[in-house]
Amino acid sequence: MRARVMLILSAVLVPAAVLMDFLLIPSDTGSPLMQHNPIFYMHIPAAWIALAAFFIVFVAGIAYLRKRTPFWDIVGTSAAELGVLFTTLFLLNGSIWSKMEWGTWWVWEARLTSSLVLWIIYVAYFLLRAYISDPDTRARYAAVFGIIGFVDVPIVILTLFVARKMHPGGVAFHLDQPVMIIALVTGVVAFTLLFLALLFFRIHLKEDELELGKLKQLREGE
Amino acid sequence: MDSSLGYIGAAFAVVWVGISIYVFTLMQKEKTLRREIAALKEEMKGGAAPGR
Repeated sequence: MRARVMLILSAVLVPAAVLMDFLLIPSDTGSPLMQHNPIFYMHIPAAWIALAAFFIVFVAGIAYLRKRTPFWDIVGTSAAELGVLFTTLFLLNGSIWSKMEWGTWWVWEARLTSSLVLWIIYVAYFLLRAYISDPDTRARYAAVFGIIGFVDVPIVILTLFVARKMHPGGVAFHLDQPVMIIALVTGVVAFTLLFLALLFFRIHLKEDELELGKLKQLREGE
Repeated sequence: MDSSLGYIGAAFAVVWVGISIYVFTLMQKEKTLRREIAALKEEMKGGAAPGR
């Protein structure tokens, strides 16, 4: 139910954000001001969601180690899956933006490299899970890995302000027109609702998988 | 300007195609899971019924 409400809200807000990007933002794609490029209003929300997802993996990891209930493992895995998805999307989207603005798909600077490392860390999280068959051991190792992996998130944020080369810095904090702020906030809210809807949906599916596993065990025991 | 629009279109498409594929995959998974759970419950109910 919660997921459905959020999905409906995001279904209204996402097109609104996209329309705002194209119709209201003064378009000047040649400008060094990144706020004039519509991609900016898609890139920032996707990056925000990716980092938020890994924060949830971190919190779920701590909660699992303290309580040892499968629920927190499910929350951690679901958030990690969405984190990998949104990291993939903002890396691809950013790469296209980079090609458009600076004529290159990729440069090995701190910001981009730390984001790619973040992606690799959480892909490794799933590889680790795939290699451990015992559910409790898998959940425990994944929780620890999720907590340690989160170390890269503050690094990614920090590189926004230091060690800048090609990637723009804290540009999101220098929006000079109210319409830009409204467009960015709408995008962030829309993506957050979409993320929460997908997270609840994923958690619900994982619980169903767990139920199916239990039913299969029950049948074999009969 | 045309190439700019192409890049902007590609950047938006990447995000929305990616999310759509993910949502579609989840929906397919949900359908399969529900079907399996229902079949299993039915099978167990049938197995527990008298005379079977």
